[in-house]
Order: sequence, then structure tokens, then C-alpha cells
Amino acid sequence: MPEALRADAVTKVYGQGANAVTAVNQVSFSVMPGEFVALVGPSGSGKTTLLAMLAGLLSPTDGEILIGGEPLGEFSEAQRTRFRGRAIGFSFQSNNLVPYLTALENVELMLRLNGRLDRAGRVRSRELLERLGLAERMRAYPGQLSGGQQQRVAIARALIHQPSVVLADEPTASLDTERAYQVVETFAHLIHEQERAGVMVTHDLRMVKYVDRVIQMMDGHLSQIISDRAEIDALAAIQSGPLETSAGATQAQGGDNGNGDGT
Amino acid sequence: MAFYLSFKEIWHSKGRYLLIAMIVALITTLVLFIAALSEGLGSGNREYLEKLNGELVVFQENVDLSIGASRIGRSKLNAIRRVEGVADAGQVANSSVSVVVAGRDPIDVSLFGVEPGRPGEPPAFEGRNLGRARANEVVIDERLVRLTGLAVGDTLTVRSIQGTNEEFYDLAIVGTTDGRAYFIQPGIFVPYLTFEKVKPQGENEQGGNGEYVSNIVAVKLVDPAQIDVMAEQLETLVGGIEAVDRKTAYEAAPGYSAQMSTLSTQRYFTFLIGVLVVGGFFQIQTLQKVAQVGMLKAIGASNRTVALSAIAQIVTLNALGVALGTAGSLALSLTFPPAVPITFTGDAVASAVIALMVIGPLGGLVSVFLLLRVEPLVALGLAQ
Repeated sequence: MPEALRADAVTKVYGQGANAVTAVNQVSFSVMPGEFVALVGPSGSGKTTLLAMLAGLLSPTDGEILIGGEPLGEFSEAQRTRFRGRAIGFSFQSNNLVPYLTALENVELMLRLNGRLDRAGRVRSRELLERLGLAERMRAYPGQLSGGQQQRVAIARALIHQPSVVLADEPTASLDTERAYQVVETFAHLIHEQERAGVMVTHDLRMVKYVDRVIQMMDGHLSQIISDRAEIDALAAIQSGPLETSAGATQAQGGDNGNGDGT
Repeated sequence: MAFYLSFKEIWHSKGRYLLIAMIVALITTLVLFIAALSEGLGSGNREYLEKLNGELVVFQENVDLSIGASRIGRSKLNAIRRVEGVADAGQVANSSVSVVVAGRDPIDVSLFGVEPGRPGEPPAFEGRNLGRARANEVVIDERLVRLTGLAVGDTLTVRSIQGTNEEFYDLAIVGTTDGRAYFIQPGIFVPYLTFEKVKPQGENEQGGNGEYVSNIVAVKLVDPAQIDVMAEQLETLVGGIEAVDRKTAYEAAPGYSAQMSTLSTQRYFTFLIGVLVVGGFFQIQTLQKVAQVGMLKAIGASNRTVALSAIAQIVTLNALGVALGTAGSLALSLTFPPAVPITFTGDAVASAVIALMVIGPLGGLVSVFLLLRVEPLVALGLAQ
């Protein structure tokens, strides 16, 4: 099976001359359909910059990104925008949903953007939201949804148009632990089931227990790729211990979003 | 796609968008009323001369085309009539008098002394035209009919100041004519010898050289296309006179041009305010939406969709505001008393509405450019 996403010696340098900063340095990896990969690393390690390049939102200084075998660098700006709408599914950390569209309309938006919202598309949108436990909240606006519900709507939107690649930027940043596990578990399940290539940027290592591979970044370099199940689980377990502190910030942020997320 | 997004957004923030539509509606009202006032005041000032049934208006030379200062004697009138190419000429005397109506304040009117059957006399739409040159008859402006309720067959009492005395004259209303105001006063028309009784001109009183004197002469040409040539010819052949077309004549009325330019300045400033208000509103809206627009672009919305959606919103709200404002103004104008010099003409309303339809898109241009410049990278928190 051909890889869905490939990064080939990708480098991103910001600034010029003496002020030049290399945010991403010679990173290469690929993701197969049906594979869920976590991109982890401390702040400033270059993981978000790498994600932006994978999404075609940022052009690499050097190297190449291929999605479904198509090199993003060969598209014009407008073509890249259209390509993103068709081949990539997104979930962002904040400002995820369109505030003036209902949950269902936000999901259908991806089909509209691709110019094909037919009856079957409407039915699939509803079914996907139902599977994500949002049957009762389809007509609600994002402002009326809890953080976890919003994140689940975003997952539905990222998958509805059957993209080859699904990219998620910190999907659990504003959720409490329980909701975060639920959201990532559902995400992983759908990615495996629908055979999408999933990449999730996260600084919360507890979430890696649902992924197939962990790519660790450090100072712009790809420092480590962990594919062994036992090793991944061990990594997740360290962070989930009773004395862990690094996820504390995440929890404090998301603590009050858990209420009302019980549908 | 663009329209879907734009209308969903308007619907979701109905209150906010209605508010800006209301502001556009108020600006529309202001613009329309200024236009109507300008039309009303303007026509109140020029109506008589504008509708004059003659192509040229003859004034005395060197009086700056002032009707009040101009004096033209009977001999000059006869000389004008003899010039080849002149079909007819009629003398016109003008002064201000008051109409006394029982039970209310006197109404100031423009009294015109005209020659029955000659240029300068307006046609009677109801009743009949003036008869003999000495008859105690009057044809009145429809404005006066609306103001007083007087009708054909009634008697009109005119109060005139002669020297230091108040004199009263009763005149029989034999006809009414359309709006013929001058100096924002409704016009009333009497035969020129009757005018002489009501409001004697100084020269005539003292005798002068014994001839009857009026203020201006209305000249009807055989060939109206020859207006410039004839004006020159008259001035050369008759001498001591100045012949101009009707437009030049009413634009020379005291204060007319100053008034009109003040009103049009107000109108342009109101347009400018409209552009800035609509522009400011949409710019603030746009700045608040940067993150959201970045996200839309990231998930595949094209620049075209984003810009078109903004333009559709601006045009819709602007059109809604203008429609509300126009309907409101027209409804409001029906409640105004006839004394208020406000006239809504189709042309003036149409040109104001067209100009108002442009202010929204003009004001919104900046925000459209801002939207085009939003980078999809903001969705990942990586750019401004």
C-alpha cells in the first residue's frame, strides 16, 4: 500500500543571515493509511511548524511534502487551498468551528466547500455526529456546546469528506482528562476504521496510548520514532502516574469545560 | 457557498447587523431629506422663472440680474417686440404682498403683474386666465390653495404697504395654476394695471417720463434654438438691457447659489459619513474574525469565497438600510405640513438612492482587502 503522507528531508528556516532560525531540520517520515501518529515534543521543538508544512499552510525552505503521492510544492496558492479542502481533514486547538453554523452545518461545510452536499452527504453527516454521541446537539451552535462536544464536532468535520490525511493540533488542550481520553480514543478508532492517515500534535504524552507510532521532536530534529506497542504504552504510563505534573497545566485549563459534557 | 456563509452569519447576529442597517437607514433619511429640502427650496426660489413661457428674460442693464432693482419702461418693451425673431414679449412686475385670511396669520406671497395673453402669464389649470388689463382678478398658485383652502370664485384680500400706509384690495380668484413660487413665496398673478394699483412702482407714481414701468420682460422667440444669438441681438438693438436664459436668471436670484451649494455640501458630507460608518463597522467585524477566517481558509475556503461572502453581506445590509430609509422618508414626508419646503421628486430620490447604494461597498472595500490578506496559518496560531 502506498503511503498517504510523506515528509522528505523537510527543513524550515525563519529569517535570514545571522538572524536565521532553523525551526525544522531535515525531518523525514511517512504515514500509511489507517495509521495514527502522534507528533510530540516540548514547546519550540518545531512540531507545529512541521504540522503547518504537512497541511500545505507553510512552504518548506527545503525538502518536500507529498500527500497521496502529490508534491504540495508544485501547487499554486489557490490550488493548494482547494487541495486542502479535498484531501486534508483538520481539527484545531482553538477557533475550531464556524460560530454561526450549527454542529451539523459545521460538518456539512466540508462537503459544501468541495461542492457536493447531496442527500447522501447530509445523511452521512448526521450519522457521524450520532456516532460521536451528538445526536441531541446537532442543531446547537458552537457557543452552546462544551469543549469536548466542540472537539467531537471538529473530528466529524475532519473526517466527513473522506480525506486521505487527517491533521489534529492539540485536540485535547482544553479538555479534562476523562474527556481528553474519550475524544482521542474516538478519533483513533475512526482513523483506523476509515483508513485515514492521522497525525496529532500533542504535548500531553498520556494521549499517545491510542496511537500507533510516536514521533518525537527536539530542537527541530526528529529525535526518536517509537513504534513498539509496549514502549508507547510505557511512555503514556509515565505521564499518567499519580505524581505526574506535566499534564497539570492541561487539566487546570480544561477543568471547567467538563461540565455539561455528559450527553 | 459564499452566499450561504454570508447569510448564515447575518442570521446568527441579526441584532448587530440590523443595527448597522438602521444606521444606513437613518443616513438615507438624512440624505433624502436634504435632497428634498434642496429641491423644495430651490424650486420655491426659481419655480416662476423656471416655468416661464418664454426663452429669454430681459433685465435692466447693470443691475446684476436683480428683479427688484431692474426697471424696464414701456418704450423698451415696444423696442423688444420690434426685434426680428421675437415672437412675443410681456412685461412682468414683481413685489411682495400679504394675503389676509380670516382666522390666521397673513401669508406672504409674490405678487406678479402680467399682461394677459402675453409671455409671463402662467396658464390657469382650473378656472380661466386673466381677462382685461384692468380687471380686479387674480390667478393663484396651487400652493396657496393648499395653504388657505381658497378656490376659484372666492375673494382674495391682499394687504399692501404703500409708503407708510396699509392698503387692502379685494381680488376675485378666477383661476389656479401649478406651483409658481418665487422667493419661497407662492405666486399670485394680476393684470399689470391692477398690479399698478396694488403696488405702485415709484417711477410710475412720480410720473417719470410718463410711461409704465415693469421689472422684467419675458421674451418668447420664433426659434427657441437661437437663444444665444437672440440675446446678443436684443442687447445690441435695444440697448440698456441684459437678456439671459431662464437658468441664468434664477441662479442670479439673491442667495440662490449660496443656498444650493450649502445644501449639496451637506449632502456630500452625509455620503462621506455613510462611507466611514459602514467602512468602520465592517473593519471592526473583520478584525474580530481574523482567527475564524484563517480557519476557513485552512480547511479549504478560497479567497474568492471569503471576499464574496463579505461583499454579499455589505451589499445586503446596505440595500436593506437604504430600502428602510427610503420607505421611512417617503412615509414621513406625507405627515409634513404644506408650508415645509420639501419636495420629493423621482429624479432626486433615484439619484440619491443610487449614490447611497454605493456607499456600503465603498466603505467595505478596506475590510475586503483585510480579509484577503488573512493567512490560513493563523488557524495553527503561527501567524498574525
